[in-house]
Amino acid sequence: MLRLENLSVAIGDRTVLEDINMEIGPGETHVLFGPNGSGKSTLLGTIMGFPRFRIIQGRILFKDEDITALPVNERAVRGMGIAFQRPPTIRGVLLRNIIEIAARDGLTPEELAAGLDLTAFLDREVNHGFSGGELKRSELVQLLAQNPDLVLLDEPESGVDLENMALIGQAINHLLEKEVVRWNGRPLKEIRRGRTKCGLVITHTGYILNYVEADVGHVLYKGRLSCSGNPRELFGCIKRVGYRECVHCVL
Amino acid sequence: MVKSIKEGFLQEGKKHAYIEDLTTLPPVEKERLLHTGVDVRGHSRAGTFMQLDNSVVHCRSVQEGVEVLKIGEALEKYAWAGDYFGGLIPFEEEGLGQPLSGYFIRVLPGINARYPVQASLYIGHEGLAQEVHNLVIIEEGASLDIITGCATGAFVKRGLHIGITEAYVKKGAKLSFTMIHNWGEEVVVRPRGATLVEAGAVFSSNFFCLSGVKSLLMYPTTRLAGEGAVGRYNTILVAPPGTEMDVGSRVQLSAPGTKAELIARTITTGGDIINRGHIAGEVPGARGHLECRGLMLSERGRIYAIPELEALVANVELSHEAAVGKVAQEEIEYLMARGLSEEEATSTIVRGFLNVNIEGLPDMLQQEIDRAIAACQLGM
Repeated sequence: MLRLENLSVAIGDRTVLEDINMEIGPGETHVLFGPNGSGKSTLLGTIMGFPRFRIIQGRILFKDEDITALPVNERAVRGMGIAFQRPPTIRGVLLRNIIEIAARDGLTPEELAAGLDLTAFLDREVNHGFSGGELKRSELVQLLAQNPDLVLLDEPESGVDLENMALIGQAINHLLEKEVVRWNGRPLKEIRRGRTKCGLVITHTGYILNYVEADVGHVLYKGRLSCSGNPRELFGCIKRVGYRECVHCVL
Repeated sequence: MVKSIKEGFLQEGKKHAYIEDLTTLPPVEKERLLHTGVDVRGHSRAGTFMQLDNSVVHCRSVQEGVEVLKIGEALEKYAWAGDYFGGLIPFEEEGLGQPLSGYFIRVLPGINARYPVQASLYIGHEGLAQEVHNLVIIEEGASLDIITGCATGAFVKRGLHIGITEAYVKKGAKLSFTMIHNWGEEVVVRPRGATLVEAGAVFSSNFFCLSGVKSLLMYPTTRLAGEGAVGRYNTILVAPPGTEMDVGSRVQLSAPGTKAELIARTITTGGDIINRGHIAGEVPGARGHLECRGLMLSERGRIYAIPELEALVANVELSHEAAVGKVAQEEIEYLMARGLSEEEATSTIVRGFLNVNIEGLPDMLQQEIDRAIAACQLGM
């Protein structure tokens, strides 16, 4: 679904990401660990195509198409969606309007908002005066409308209380087709095989792993991918020894 | 000052006959009127006034308790009207050499007009100077919405509009005054406005000028003279290249418990905008808030925001908020990530910026305004 090949990225004149290689297959969810400032958000923003992240080497393939030079909206139209960590307020544009803009399926803003307890927010200016949890839910309702094939989530758990966390976890699982479906005689293997949506989730705290099952974990350290593997194992290791150890792998 | 500006403009145009049925106007002119909120069919209107150049061509009221007259006629009919006329804006000069024109709109005590009165001030002759002096009186406990559409004819480029509007909103009354301007690019516009608002009364002014004009200079003033009076100004301006606008609004909080809110949204696509605002708190317990936001959609042009707060006693609550800049890149990217192109994203943000949710505005008027905003060329 998504392939990053030898990707190096600069912000201004400063190189932030170096030689990143990653492949996310259909139905897979990957998580990205890393200390503050390691380049996690830059990587997500580069995949989405924000122009402040300048690709100096390598390329990005999405659904076997080279999208390295495509603008943000062309990537969105092809099935990429991102939840912003700190979304901007747009005055005079209502949450309802932006859901309608994002919508690729036939669901109405009312139907989508009800699932995330956002009905009362539909006629408010998007993100204006929203609390931390409300912002996350607002981002997710827009993604649900968009129904992307690749979901990019930047710290979906930050600033969210427990009650909201369950709602958010549920919405993410829905986006990634990971909802626990009532058993209907189909083998689990088949259900998993039928899943095509994939995701890349940034987490600083690892907390999201309690809600969303991830297939692969990556550690980004000082702009390089230092290791990849089982996400729970990686996170356990990071909890014990911290990111300090990553320096050995990068060198 | 008025004298010098009139030089070079035709002082007296041709006299126009009364038009019984405004739907007989040419379609292109009707369309222009509609863009200023004036519906020639008069549907859902309590009354209609139309002045073409310096002739009143249509004037009638269809609701009992709502009077729509030519100003000259009203001054003849009511001896007391002379006390109001010129009461807020004193005459600067005598004998203008032209017959007095403009409208007189009055709502009798306790009457709540269901539909708005519409007034059109229209310049149909190239190079003409149009002068009006309007008087509005909303008697105690009454309420009215007025839509004033000021425009030049479809083929008129040059002209001068000088307008004076005095409004009295008496005890417990309500006046919402919406004015939409749609001028030719070489038109000079000099409106003056003053409003006196008594105890418990509410005055809302909504002003829109969304297309080019050579020069627009105005600074209407409202005095909240009675306890608990409320004054609101919403001002929406779009200045294309070659346009100069110096537009402000001022409210004097002269009684306890009075409240003012002044909101301006300005956009330049290359023109020059000075946006002023002034709230004076003269008595304890008065409150006012002023908001100026400007959007630069061009490398050229200028927005100069001048918000002024004046406290004359200690116990007043005055605040302002001003921000001028270009469309934020992160907002554009946000909408692009939801699938809009850069142009679509920018225009969505700009329309949102202009989308001032005006409190208490009837749906119908909001629709007229949405239509005017949709029709306005933002040069993108």
